[in-house]
Amino acid sequence: MSNTLAIETQNLGRIYKLRGSKKETRKELIALQDVNLTVQRGELFGLLGPNGAGKTTLIKVLTTLLSPTSGWARVAGADVNREPDLVRPRINMVSGGESSGYGLLTVKENLWMFSQFYGAPSKEANERIEALLEMVGMKDRMHTKSSDLSTGLRQKMNIVRGFLTDPEVLFLDEPTLGLDVGASRDVRKFIIEWLKADRERTLLLTTHYMVEADELCDRVAIINKGKVLACDTPTALKQRLQKDVTFEIETSPLNGLTLPMMESQPEVKKAALTDIEDGARWKLSLVEESALARVFNLFAQKDIKVMNLNKRQPTLEDVFVDLVGRSMAEEESNEST
Amino acid sequence: MQTSTSWRSFRMAAWLGWLIESNWTDPFLFAIYSIVKPLSGAAILVIMYGIISGGNFNTPLFPYIYLGNAFYIYVGAVMTGVSWAVVDDREHYKTLKYMYIAPIYIPVYLLGRGVARFITGSIAVFITIVAGVLFLKVPLKLAEINWGLFLVTLILGVVMLALLGLLLAGVTLTVARHEGFIGEATAGALYIFSGAVFPLDVLPEWLRPIGYFMPTTYWLELLRRSLVGNVAQAFPTLSNFTNMEILGIMLGLSIFFGVISVQVFRYCDAIARERGLIDHTTNY
Ligand SMILES: Nc1ncnc2c1ncn2[C@@H]1O[C@H](COP(=O)(O)OP(=O)(O)OP(=O)(O)O)[C@@H](O)[C@H]1O
Ligand SMILES: [Mg+2]
Repeated sequence: MSNTLAIETQNLGRIYKLRGSKKETRKELIALQDVNLTVQRGELFGLLGPNGAGKTTLIKVLTTLLSPTSGWARVAGADVNREPDLVRPRINMVSGGESSGYGLLTVKENLWMFSQFYGAPSKEANERIEALLEMVGMKDRMHTKSSDLSTGLRQKMNIVRGFLTDPEVLFLDEPTLGLDVGASRDVRKFIIEWLKADRERTLLLTTHYMVEADELCDRVAIINKGKVLACDTPTALKQRLQKDVTFEIETSPLNGLTLPMMESQPEVKKAALTDIEDGARWKLSLVEESALARVFNLFAQKDIKVMNLNKRQPTLEDVFVDLVGRSMAEEESNEST
Repeated sequence: MQTSTSWRSFRMAAWLGWLIESNWTDPFLFAIYSIVKPLSGAAILVIMYGIISGGNFNTPLFPYIYLGNAFYIYVGAVMTGVSWAVVDDREHYKTLKYMYIAPIYIPVYLLGRGVARFITGSIAVFITIVAGVLFLKVPLKLAEINWGLFLVTLILGVVMLALLGLLLAGVTLTVARHEGFIGEATAGALYIFSGAVFPLDVLPEWLRPIGYFMPTTYWLELLRRSLVGNVAQAFPTLSNFTNMEILGIMLGLSIFFGVISVQVFRYCDAIARERGLIDHTTNY
């Protein structure tokens, strides 16, 4: 068991047939194209991409809800399309940003019912439910009808439902979508603790929050327009961009130093300048770290004091821009037009 | 198919279905509704019958109609009880996808969801019949009821209706839009062709084969015969057949439709997965 991969896909593809108005000829939409991924057991794997990238589609295929149109995928050792009955007992899934659940049942009843569908002994299930609700800070809401919960609390209940059945592979589709900062942090903390408690547990989550992918995931696949563009640890992904070194420097007033003067320095690749109270903020891209000394020299010549210095690390956002040529936000606004 | 998986699918679905069905803030209102609804349905029929027959309630036609109508409550209740669960879970509670990825048998789950409507339907049928006996002289005498035949017929019929419900559930699954009326529409069509409120002989000859092909036709006939034997046998439609023969035909047709239903459901299920309809909501 432990030697099999948690998730494995081979040239996985999914095409949606779009049926618009009758006159319109049938169109096809390629939601996934030649996706090749392997996720080891014990990994926290992230799918990062803008709206419409195909993240949910991939999760649907992996959780047996949607057949692929080409290629294959195996989850917990079984083929998702041909052996869904072998996959289902070993997985669970939660989609964020929607309020599902039987509103007329209490939180506890909702959760208990699902545990029963997975064949858990009732007493054990109740203990687990209480423990999990305690962990997400919802124990006092156990007997509240789920229709009386706020959207965020409903989502938390749903997340508990995912963990409740102790799946080998858990899929979370945008788990923190619509949650406030505190709740998101709770969920992230919970995810990490859950994985720590058993090294065989695997979790795949999708997100379009860069920070979430960066902070949480062991490995991240960057996906856009149905294709996986890169797949590696967040550190390795960012290291690709390490060629440039970016600094943010806050200084005292400029004493005549201008942006063109800075830009004309051979070691400065890019420079930006904004005014701040009592001074200026520079954003400088340098050819190498040692070039910083020259910049400091320049400041010294003009009698400018350096108040604050920050080396800006590349983010996954930068990686995305590097791969796609546009930011995720631009990609999304483009998608919607 | 493992029995433990089937059993937990069915049991939990029935539990859930019951909680949803009986989700009335006021149990008193729930009781009133369960009584008033079937009785008002029967009342309309009785009034219409009274007008058409000139107030003659002593013909065999009256119990024929009255009992046919009463038991027909099961058709709508059980069939839509099963198929409506698809719409309910997919559109309303948004849980169908979570049910789908759970290690349960979805067809068995859906059948379980129909149990609650079977129970409330049974109450309605019972009340309707009691009212008919008490107030409208439906000639039903406890001592003359063929209980064995009645129970066998009732159980077989409910299983058959549940399987037909599964067929509708499959169709519902593949229809992306909010198509809750499929169940009602089918129940309505069967009403005409099953001899529920008029003998099949009333239909134009070319339409009658549809009725003869419907297991519900034989089911209603047998229920009437088991309750008010000689009165029911007065009708020419199936009078050449003995009870056992009708039961045999009904069993045969039920198996036939049952197999078709399961196959159609499987087919529709595959289509739904292919087209991504299992978690499709219309957000209407
Ligand atoms: N059932 C469907 N029928 C047709 N097209 C679909 C269907 N579901 C998704 N799509 C399309 O497939 C593409 C990928 O969608 P998907 O939901 O997988 O994206 P996503 O990465 O999850 O985006 P988001 O961040 O917005 O959730 C989109 O262009 C979407 O419009
Ligand atoms: Mg999505």
